[in-house]
Amino acid sequence: MGILATALKKFHGGVHPKEYKELSRHCAIEELPMPKRLYVPMHQHIGAPSDPCVEPGTQVFKGQLIGEPNGFVSAPVHAPTSGTIQGIEEHVSGHPSGLTMPCAVLIPDGNDQWHPELKGLEDPYNADPQAIRDKVRESGVVGLGGATFPSFIKLSPPQGKVAELLIINGVECEPYLTCDARLMEEHSQEIIDGIRIMLQALQTKQCVIAIEDNKPGAIQAMRRAAQETKNVQVVSLPVMYPQGAEKQLIEVLIHRQVPSGCLPIDVGVIVHNVATALAVREAVLFGHPLVHRVVTVTGLGIARPANLNVPVGTPAQDLIDHCGGLKNGVKKVVMGGPMMGVALGDLQAPVVKGTSGLLAMLARETVQEPEQPCIRCGNCLQACPVQLTPCEMAWRAKHDLIDQLDAVHLMDCIECGSCAYVCPSHIPLVHYFRYGKLAMAAKKHDKDKAELTRQRNQAKQARAEAEKAEKERKKEEMRLASEARKKAAAASQAGESAPAKPVPTSKPAAEESAP
Amino acid sequence: MIEAVLSMGGMALLAGLGLGYAAIKFHVEGNPVVESLEAALPATNCGNCGFPGCHAYAEALASGEKVAISLCSPGGSEAMQSIAAILGVDPVAMETDQGPRVAMIHEEKCIGCTACIKACPVDAIVGANKQSHTVIADMCTDCEACVEPCPVDCIEMVPVPDSIYNWKWDKPAGPQVTIH
Ligand code: SF4
Ligand code: SF4
Ligand code: SF4
Ligand code: SF4
Repeated sequence: MGILATALKKFHGGVHPKEYKELSRHCAIEELPMPKRLYVPMHQHIGAPSDPCVEPGTQVFKGQLIGEPNGFVSAPVHAPTSGTIQGIEEHVSGHPSGLTMPCAVLIPDGNDQWHPELKGLEDPYNADPQAIRDKVRESGVVGLGGATFPSFIKLSPPQGKVAELLIINGVECEPYLTCDARLMEEHSQEIIDGIRIMLQALQTKQCVIAIEDNKPGAIQAMRRAAQETKNVQVVSLPVMYPQGAEKQLIEVLIHRQVPSGCLPIDVGVIVHNVATALAVREAVLFGHPLVHRVVTVTGLGIARPANLNVPVGTPAQDLIDHCGGLKNGVKKVVMGGPMMGVALGDLQAPVVKGTSGLLAMLARETVQEPEQPCIRCGNCLQACPVQLTPCEMAWRAKHDLIDQLDAVHLMDCIECGSCAYVCPSHIPLVHYFRYGKLAMAAKKHDKDKAELTRQRNQAKQARAEAEKAEKERKKEEMRLASEARKKAAAASQAGESAPAKPVPTSKPAAEESAP
Repeated sequence: MIEAVLSMGGMALLAGLGLGYAAIKFHVEGNPVVESLEAALPATNCGNCGFPGCHAYAEALASGEKVAISLCSPGGSEAMQSIAAILGVDPVAMETDQGPRVAMIHEEKCIGCTACIKACPVDAIVGANKQSHTVIADMCTDCEACVEPCPVDCIEMVPVPDSIYNWKWDKPAGPQVTIH
């Protein structure tokens, strides 16, 4: 049976926010007509940003490399369609700061023509695991559940560690979102293909696809598709937010907790999202890089909710226009899910690999009550799936007790928002946590920099001293040499006979040159 | 209960002995206040504080003389607050806190004299004789030591630009409490 438990376990805490999935769950995936202009960000993944490798004016094919990965934890960026690169420009992003980032501006030519040299692996289901990983890596596949961690790393178990179980995450626990559910209903067979390739890469024998029971269509479709494939099984889970979070899902399925600071592989499992399985299939079967994704456009504020297949780099505004525009009274537009997404300041922000949803929310969907003092009710402790102490964490962040945040394990917080959801005082807890996390990171950065400064300053001083000592030594040498010369001259004058021996003098060095 | 008291007492005793031993074993010459003050300073040794280096400033601060805690410009208000915490005094306003800055060399004007390289205490400038110089921005500590020596005045201190990599969340305003 392996490590998959026979019964489901409930993780600590969790909440039941209103789902709103009915707005878009019946909307079959449609293709978005090709936008006029794409803004493809050079940083769409966890890790180092990519380096643009195209010049303005370059004609590119769909799937052509336009941004090279920078280091091990990084991902390449490809042209989402064929066309002309207009330039590399700063453009607004879906980052919470609303600041810009370098984007390749691409004017589509309308042909949507794949690069002719792209091709997949022969016999993908029995291919060499490393060949699969390389393909996934060069195709820029990242986790599509939202974390956008480069997927090839999660297909390469470290030396000495074995992935006993592959968990395919079809939980989609965030309210509103239905893109994964639609993918499972409409592309179940392709997802199974992707899973078989992943199992081959991991050399793992067992896979479980986890889906919450509010998606009966997806469960049915995946069960049907999985029939043929032994070792792939579908499990239906009762609805509970945030069950789709990696560590919580693992606990539900194998009854083991992933310790703080450890990875799922440390308890013998690997978790990938359903949409990632599909992207892996495209990459390995056809050599097609990840250049488009399905986005749920929904919310009470959108005229016509939909699930759209869109090229990466499409401005949010294009999706909204395609869905009939915003209704009156839209309070905010969120990129991602309602619990963990980011409110957009500018609708020109482009869709990226990790964009699962675009929500137009009316005032009544986003109750923003003023913050009240904490009444120590403990609701947040009961709701936290990581068993943290949100009220304590927020209090420390609020009073800038940054050094004390480690003691309350702020870094283990997954920012799921369950605590804020149940807080009767409407304390923006997650906002405090994000503030605190960045403050911790900044403090560490300052400390590291101070240490480096110290080292560099000492090195500089040591060098200056060495140079000074060297100068002294040369001076001394010259002095001795000239003394010897003088002595010799005196001796030759006195003795007349002895011929003056040439005294070796050191060549004067060019000491004043630049370091 | 009594066992608990005893065992806690025993542990306290052990811990006390351990601390005492550690104090003897790891005793170093030097004033711990000076050391922690020095750790709070950026170690640039630029002399902007008016002392010959960070260590001298730390000693002056610790000596109890009336020395302002806001003299370290590269350390900024961050360093000032740490100093205030160590000395147990109230934080003060920085005289000129313009936020973090880096040196920027206008490379078209640079004559490649290497004067700034010699001045930079942390080797944050690269260049060679008669070649245009540049600043390694990540290493620059905002000390201004390079600005004055430049014979053609082509070094400017510029604010570190905002980017998604150094951006910070602002803190929520907190509850607006009215007391009735
Ligand atoms: S946001 Fe963090 S603290 Fe709050 S419930 Fe989620 S994990 Fe716990
Ligand atoms: S739920 Fe809100 S009010 Fe209650 S203890 Fe937590 S932070 Fe305080
Ligand atoms: S570059 Fe100039 S401002 Fe920066 S650390 Fe060096 S001397 Fe100081
Ligand atoms: S001091 Fe000024 S001119 Fe001389 S090398 Fe430095 S920047 Fe260039």
